[in-house]
Amino acid sequence: MNLLKKIEQKEIERLRSGAAAIPDFAPGDTLRVNVRVIEGTGEARERIQAYEGVCVARKNAGLNSSFTVRKISFGEGVERVFPLHSPRVESITVVRKGEVRRAKLYYLRARRGKSARITEKQSDEAGEE
Amino acid sequence: MRTGVLAKKIGMTRVFDAQGRHVQVTVLKMDGCQVVAVRDQQKNGYTAVQLGFGDVKVKNMTKAARGHFAKAKVEPKKNLVEFRVDEKSLLEVGAELSAAHFVPGQFVDVTGTTIGKGFAGVIARHHFGGMPASHGVSITHRAHGSTGNRQDPGRVFKNKKMAGHLGDKRRTIPNLPVVSVDEAEGLLFIRGAVPGCEGAVVMVCDAMKKKLPSGAPLPAGLKKKAESAAPKAEAPAAAPEEKKE
Repeated sequence: MNLLKKIEQKEIERLRSGAAAIPDFAPGDTLRVNVRVIEGTGEARERIQAYEGVCVARKNAGLNSSFTVRKISFGEGVERVFPLHSPRVESITVVRKGEVRRAKLYYLRARRGKSARITEKQSDEAGEE
Repeated sequence: MRTGVLAKKIGMTRVFDAQGRHVQVTVLKMDGCQVVAVRDQQKNGYTAVQLGFGDVKVKNMTKAARGHFAKAKVEPKKNLVEFRVDEKSLLEVGAELSAAHFVPGQFVDVTGTTIGKGFAGVIARHHFGGMPASHGVSITHRAHGSTGNRQDPGRVFKNKKMAGHLGDKRRTIPNLPVVSVDEAEGLLFIRGAVPGCEGAVVMVCDAMKKKLPSGAPLPAGLKKKAESAAPKAEAPAAAPEEKKE
């Protein structure tokens, strides 16, 4: 297993070099993920699409790390799982820090509107407000 | 036809390709894969190279095997496999193959021994559907059901698919693409799964049913002379020791 870990570490270094740094974020935070999207099939036209929502889960597993972002799109809940080190993820920005007491916020799936709100973390933003 | 190589299965992981897609790869390591003997048309009636792979303790070998390696002046190896090659692709005895034998994008056939599953039922072994969970079925949910007719023919036909031993068989997975090659570390990254458990020795050959890319080294991708000279120098020193034992 050790050699595999080394290979995965090397792969992470290869992917991170030149890529935007990953900000410090946790479940409950609102994120804006800039995703590289390829449009059309013939010519490869690439543009960046922003996907904004609440981070409901993070999986820490080296190269296979991923995070899940949930948002309500046209009244329908959408959850998207991004591989943390994917070259398709152009950058991640933390829009808002949330105060939660769970590592996985799957309870949000059963909630809508007011009850699905997450209170903002006070310690970070206290100075600005 | 070039020779194949022997490699050890390290395990599976995934990497990202240029488009940012996940590619699941099997990592194979080549370390000390050397030519131990050569079969030629004149002497043997066919052309092949015999490759050795893997470390072994000299004390655990038969004298005949020791003599075989002493003759080749090659460190003793655990596994010996012959690969049929054409006359142009014959190699020198003692030459060490490198991972650069294969080029990224080419296809390979990988042969190995599958993981043994022991005595397995028909659902696992032959992908039978099993029987319903309800509607009056009792006890026989995973059984094979009927095995044939009645008094005529009065027997079960040969090759009827039944429960029995599964796995631990030599299997070849054809046409697996080579994703990348790490020559310095001796690593091959092959897309998809490969027979055998982690640590198993597998044979990797150029795909039989695909064209060899023009960039592939001929007659074979060998490690540089300076590197292969070191084990060669050790071999004669080891030979007198073998005689004493």
